[in-house]
Amino acid sequence: MSEIKKIATRESYGNALAELGAEHEDLIVLDADLAAATKTGIFKKAFPERHIDCGIAESNMMGIAAGLSLTGKVPFASSFAMFAAGRAFEQVRNTIGYPKLNVKIGATHAGISVGEDGATHQCNEDIALMRTIPGMVIINPSDDVEARAAVRAAYEHKGPVYMRFGRLAVPVINDREDYKFELGKGVTLREGKDITIVATGLEVGYALEAAEKLAADGIDARVINIHTIKPIDEEIIIKAAQETKKIYTVEEHSIIGGLGSAVCDVVCEHAPVPVYKIGIRDRFGESGPALELIHKFELDAEGIYNRIRTKELS
Amino acid sequence: MNKLELQKSANQLRKHIVSSLHAAKSGHPGGSLSAADIVTYLYFEEMNIDPKNPEKADRDRFVLSKGHVAPALYGVLAQKGYFPEEELLNLRKTGEMLQGHPDMKGTPGVDMSAGSLGQGISVAVGMALSAKLSGDDYRVYTLLGDGEIEEGQVWEAAMFAGHRQLDNLVVIIDNNDLQIDGSVADVCSPYPIADKFEAFNFHVITIDGHDFDAIDAAFKEARETKGVPTAIIAKTTKGKGVSFMENQVSWHGTAPNDEQYAVAMADLEKVGEALCQK
Repeated sequence: MSEIKKIATRESYGNALAELGAEHEDLIVLDADLAAATKTGIFKKAFPERHIDCGIAESNMMGIAAGLSLTGKVPFASSFAMFAAGRAFEQVRNTIGYPKLNVKIGATHAGISVGEDGATHQCNEDIALMRTIPGMVIINPSDDVEARAAVRAAYEHKGPVYMRFGRLAVPVINDREDYKFELGKGVTLREGKDITIVATGLEVGYALEAAEKLAADGIDARVINIHTIKPIDEEIIIKAAQETKKIYTVEEHSIIGGLGSAVCDVVCEHAPVPVYKIGIRDRFGESGPALELIHKFELDAEGIYNRIRTKELS
Repeated sequence: MNKLELQKSANQLRKHIVSSLHAAKSGHPGGSLSAADIVTYLYFEEMNIDPKNPEKADRDRFVLSKGHVAPALYGVLAQKGYFPEEELLNLRKTGEMLQGHPDMKGTPGVDMSAGSLGQGISVAVGMALSAKLSGDDYRVYTLLGDGEIEEGQVWEAAMFAGHRQLDNLVVIIDNNDLQIDGSVADVCSPYPIADKFEAFNFHVITIDGHDFDAIDAAFKEARETKGVPTAIIAKTTKGKGVSFMENQVSWHGTAPNDEQYAVAMADLEKVGEALCQK
């Protein structure tokens, strides 16, 4: 059996930018001294004159992106999630969100899968922060195929978009001919009638694995990939709530304010059923190899399986 | 426009500022009045703009980084015909166009929403960079308060502008010496301001921000300056033109009541009459 292809979505970001840059002269990439890590260096190599290094000054970078968008360019402001959504939150809110500018934010190194750098660099709060900004679109792709499609969709969308990418190489799960990325549309990856697992980002792959394990125990789990967290696909979630009567959400993000909360917002109002949130449980991350951390935080297939199985069989 | 006409326009702008704040019953007169001459010069003399076509692509841009002095911007935009002067009396009112701080989405002529201090300058820098990237020759102006430059982001933006040699950018500091909590020198001194901008590779010009000859000379000098951005430090008087507001920190963010409004307008009428005698 051949090895499953693994690519970090930050790599997909860099590759997609270079590809889109060849098609669109108005595309400008900004970075804050992290081009090698965010992978915008791939774009820089192809289009050095359209790659603007702002130095270690993310707040200013967001303002510069706003200025570029006001004068006909399509800027992709890039940094780690911690600095793009965290440090520059108010700049993103007031200078990009409030005037509804056509700025794209490429946030890499999201979640605990940053690994060894530890808690200061592991942003588990960015989705929560970005969700509160009116009009902000949030995309959290699950693999290379989806990440590249997301960057293209972000370019084509008029208005601010926050894209969340990871450092860790993750399995390609969407490599099929009929794959189509639709902004705001969830994707049912596995049909099931007992429960629904709604997952996002790198957790989608783990959720699929967990669903297979649960099937062996006689639990038939539907798996939905929510790549666009805002605006969220209400229809697919309401349908799942009505048909399976129970939802588990899985995210590499705090259970406060992330995908789980977004799903609860929909379910509470339209189809009240229990929602169990699997994610980072109101704590900071820590140092360690990414895969070990994901295991420790019970966010791998085994962790998800155990959590759901225990709940379902109790 | 000659100097006398500019002075008359600026006096008219000050009346708009006082009237709109009186009608709004809140807002920031001190800094609006100190910036009135600079803003008048920009819109009546310096910038390539067309009120009939506020979005024209090759226009010069203005970012009011010290967004709380929106009444000064709104007043001059109304004078230029971007919208009717009657709008000024709806400032800060529910459902009306003129927000407490500038909102580009709803107000013709406003190039950027601003008001959270320290952020507008970065946007202006982005616009200036954009012109350089695509070979456009429009110029970009941004007005900051002297208290505002205590924000660290201002210096991130200055570093970038100097590094990128953005000679199409003019940063104007309204140096009226006062911020909410007291004199800028006492609160957390940004002085020496000129040295700081020079250290970030700016050409710096310090002027009397109420003298139109000096203002005119400074903007002409900025146009001639190549290879570096320009900072104009305009020494101004907070509350300029209204006797009881001048140099009074208490008038940073308080609107005049009916009685105070009458005195303020009388002060400005007197200035206007004197200008008409010239």
